Amino acid sequence: MTRFRPSLTMISAVVGILLVTIVPCFVKNSYALVPLTFIAIFTIVVIGLNLLMGYAGQVSLGHAAFFAIGAYTSGILTTQYGFSPWLAMPAGMVLAGLVAFLVGMPCLRLHGHYLAMATLGFGMIIYILLMQWPDFTPMPFERLGALLHIPASLVWPTTGGASGLVDIPELAVGPFVFHENIQKFYLTWAFAILALLLCANIVNSRVGRALRAVHGSEAAAATLGVNIAAYKIQVFVLSAVLAALAGSLYAHVVNFVSPPTFNFIRSVDFVVMVVIGGMASIWGAVLGAGTIVLLGNWLQDVGAKYPRFAEFDLIIHSAILILVMIFMPAGIVCTVRDAVLRWLRGRTAAPTQTAPAHVEEVATK
Amino acid sequence: MTTLLDVKNLTRAFDGLIAVSDVSFSITGGQIKALIGPNGAGKSTLLNMVSGTLPPTSGLIAYQGRVISNRPPHRIAGYGIARTFQNVELFMNMTVAENVMVGRHLRSRGMLFSAMFRLFGTAAEERRVREDALRFLERVGLHDQADTPASELPFGRQRLLEIARALATEPRLLLLDEAASGLSTREKRDLVSLIYAIRDAGVTIFMVDHDMDLVMSISDEVVVLDHGEKIAEGTPTDVQHDERVIAAYLGEEAAHA
Repeated sequence: MTRFRPSLTMISAVVGILLVTIVPCFVKNSYALVPLTFIAIFTIVVIGLNLLMGYAGQVSLGHAAFFAIGAYTSGILTTQYGFSPWLAMPAGMVLAGLVAFLVGMPCLRLHGHYLAMATLGFGMIIYILLMQWPDFTPMPFERLGALLHIPASLVWPTTGGASGLVDIPELAVGPFVFHENIQKFYLTWAFAILALLLCANIVNSRVGRALRAVHGSEAAAATLGVNIAAYKIQVFVLSAVLAALAGSLYAHVVNFVSPPTFNFIRSVDFVVMVVIGGMASIWGAVLGAGTIVLLGNWLQDVGAKYPRFAEFDLIIHSAILILVMIFMPAGIVCTVRDAVLRWLRGRTAAPTQTAPAHVEEVATK
Repeated sequence: MTTLLDVKNLTRAFDGLIAVSDVSFSITGGQIKALIGPNGAGKSTLLNMVSGTLPPTSGLIAYQGRVISNRPPHRIAGYGIARTFQNVELFMNMTVAENVMVGRHLRSRGMLFSAMFRLFGTAAEERRVREDALRFLERVGLHDQADTPASELPFGRQRLLEIARALATEPRLLLLDEAASGLSTREKRDLVSLIYAIRDAGVTIFMVDHDMDLVMSISDEVVVLDHGEKIAEGTPTDVQHDERVIAAYLGEEAAHA
């Protein structure tokens, strides 16, 4: 009866690792690895958002803010307080998790899309804070800095306002610094694959089942003992923590952060990535992030040649969002997978219509 | 025999429309109790209040001496009350077995963090949960379809799956909302023996149903609702001869004619 069947997660992981290892061999110019590195970083955000949208049925329009919290915590702690990036990274994750808890708590206890509204506003607030923070430096701190002959940023951290933070150090293990593009490529993909694996574990667990149940029928899930509000909050916090991890990686990979990276459009892009990859499909995150990053790059090239098209990316992203929602509401990955399954089943099941046992066996694949 | 569930002066209004009005009755442990009444009598509303899906406007529900009418549904499930739904509320995005595995939610412990890192015997627990689920599927005769998507089951079997899922929480009180509606005569016969088997296993049953023959043949006691009010309560024989019950049902039939 039972034979060894490697789980889909294991197969996907092995294929993923092989692909990531091989890809740089086919890239002549190391600059071509930069967008691939961004795909890894955004994949990490999209995985979390995918769990939130696909499984908890909630939309966040402010994930750029959690991405920013990770990036700026890393930037501030390393450049202004001399923290190791390896300490700054978890600090940003914890901070983002706490903030997400506070933002999500009041919204997620209610039915409906209050979270989308709250995160929309939250994203705006964080963006404005990043821009205007230096203006908020209270007088006493500036005085204290001057008195002690130290930069004011030591007593009162700064976001650098519109010009952002520069010289954010790279991640390093002992004397080995992740400095070259190819090193950063492997570093970010290691994190992305790890995040994919951990989240795939969640999906195939008691918690994941509870989340899928909430997605299937909230009423039934509740009467089976699933505390819906608690799970929604947990997933929201997890998605914020993952976004912060990605933000932190971004800061240490790019070595520079400034507010435009974390604006509202970025939040919308994250949602588009989830939708393209397919809600409730963890591995679709890579495809969603990949499509938008590569498309963005291509549009930038086009924009460079034809300046008239420079602002077209937003229109095209929106068009994709609308088209995917209309024609493939389950996302590209699920739509293609289902089509293939239907095709396979149609081929195997058709001649044996009268033997239900056989059909069932096919259905379990 | 002790009282398992106590419903006292229960009322529910929707924007001024009173769906359930000042209803009181109790359920004794070990019995099969039925709730009947014409369409729109407030049966489902009452059941929803017992399972916590709908908060009552006034009155209270006590289960084993503890007031539960102000508790959320997932807590009530934890106290030992499970239910099925009139319009089958299966998790159509899951397999048959997975549906029942959700029913084991309260009987397993895996948390988000341990699931991520597969800590603390997560794999062993998963195996146990699945074995348990198969055991409950066997009780309703669905174990040979464990890995079929729930959405591909025929309707009658979806009803059975819902019962298996509810049983998986190991309830002391099982609420069946129109479990027989949409079933063929044969499926209804199987359902009756299943209900007896569940009762014999020590689970008290409170069922709402339209099928008069079914209700009258299997219940120990019947509560009759009409226009949100309790108009009769007693053994099936008593209720069948109650004038108000006859009037309510004849009235309904006259209206249909």
